[in-house]
Amino acid sequence: MIQIEKLRKVYRGRDREVTAVDGVDLTVAEGEVFGVLGRSGAGKSTLLRCVNLLERPDEGRVVIDGRDLLSLRGAELRRARQGIGMIHQHFGLLGSRTVAGNVAFPLEVMGVPRAERARRVAELLDLVGLGDHAKAYPSRISGGQKQRVGIARALAGRPKVLLSDEATSALDPETTASILDLLRDLNRRLGLTILLITHEMDVVKSICDSAAIMRDGRLTESGPVPELLARPDSDLARGLFPLPPADPREGTTLVEVTFVGSVADEPFVSALARKYSLDVNILGGAVETVAGERVGRLQLELPGDPSLNAAQLAFLRESGLTVTVLNPATPEEAR
Amino acid sequence: MSWDEVTPLLWPATVDTLVMTGVATLFTAVLGLLLGVLLVVTERGGLLPAPPVNRVLGLVVDIGRSLPFLILMVAIIPFTRAVVGTSIGNAAAIVPLTVGAIPFYARLVEIALREVDPGVVAAANAMGATRREIVGKVLLREARPGLVSGLTVTVIALIGYTAMAGTVGGGGLGNLAVVYGYERFETKVMVATVALLVVIVLAVQAIGDLVARRLTHK
Repeated sequence: MIQIEKLRKVYRGRDREVTAVDGVDLTVAEGEVFGVLGRSGAGKSTLLRCVNLLERPDEGRVVIDGRDLLSLRGAELRRARQGIGMIHQHFGLLGSRTVAGNVAFPLEVMGVPRAERARRVAELLDLVGLGDHAKAYPSRISGGQKQRVGIARALAGRPKVLLSDEATSALDPETTASILDLLRDLNRRLGLTILLITHEMDVVKSICDSAAIMRDGRLTESGPVPELLARPDSDLARGLFPLPPADPREGTTLVEVTFVGSVADEPFVSALARKYSLDVNILGGAVETVAGERVGRLQLELPGDPSLNAAQLAFLRESGLTVTVLNPATPEEAR
Repeated sequence: MSWDEVTPLLWPATVDTLVMTGVATLFTAVLGLLLGVLLVVTERGGLLPAPPVNRVLGLVVDIGRSLPFLILMVAIIPFTRAVVGTSIGNAAAIVPLTVGAIPFYARLVEIALREVDPGVVAAANAMGATRREIVGKVLLREARPGLVSGLTVTVIALIGYTAMAGTVGGGGLGNLAVVYGYERFETKVMVATVALLVVIVLAVQAIGDLVARRLTHK
């Protein structure tokens, strides 16, 4: 649904250049929620603004629903934008218009007749649960309600794609959760494809099917969330399941175990302990439901040096777990 | 002079002041708004970026604002004659009043438009709005309270300028104050005109504040 190829955006100042987006490739499948996670300044906001050409990229391609946006100009581009919803961190609502007036705005831009507009506004406000606040001005409603107005407005043109620019970053945790639920619900009910950027790990955890991590204008990892979490070297996994620092004690083997899906239901730790009569020590870990799958990461301490635990490690790997030994590699272990 | 002699002078002078101010305000509001919008949209990164045009407009506006009104009034007499056919009287005063107030209001319009949240403009852009829609439905509409407050300040400045209309044979309260109050030491005329001017200014400010408040949805 969204294809971004070799995207580059450079800001040229008087005496310096900043490459905000540095060769990004990204594909968002139809009906998917895709999250780009990164710190502020990583270039994710610029990336998103390049998708509907609020910023014109210097290089690369942006294809949405089969249309190459960079080939469009003027009225054609404006029409294409009407089919792409966008929500903003600070909502971007018109303070001089009521809630209903704000939702009507894109319909006016699209040239929808007045009667039809009123009907559609009511429908959209019901969809986001704001039917009672149609006549209120934005300054009179809460942040969460403002974002609901933003969402209703973004959906006015029945878009297939919704772009979300840090939509929950200005909201408290509970409101964030309710907005994320709403987005998830719209994604399922309307088949809406959502590309969101965020600096909040929780957003990725609660609603994203796929994710990418952005750093210094580049995507350092990208893919379906469960797959990323299963990779031991993934920053996403590390961020989502923080574990104690790897500091193996003398005569023990410290391992990190990552498991995804049905494996999480198997009592593998006790199976391991029973089979090899081991005292397994759990130093840290977490199990969460991410993108509808149970995902976990544990740090285990087994008695004996790694060289003595080869069979035990093999057992864990055969159980379908991703296992990483955290002991510094000894010469014979490095092979 | 007794009060009975003063009062008949006051009424026509008040009408003159109100007419000159009113007509000049009308033209200033329209042309100043246009110039202010141009100043904002032509700047670098604006809706219709044209930095050279922006610089020229900015220069013209600032030159216009730096001329003392009295000098401006005399300097543009040929222009005034071309526009209204005469260089003497109230009509002749309205031309320089308008010319002097336009750049003043244009800068105030510029300030008001800059106060509009750029996020709202970006949102309108993302919705596929045209430049015309963004100027009309977003910038001007969102800036309405500021535009009204700016116009209030401009009207009051115009009332001040009308005091100099006498220089080109115009009337008004200011002229009355100069001719009778100042030059003939008629203290009663001076007191009466000043009192009337104060009342008019206070009324304009009160109306401006009221309208601006009605337009603010906070």
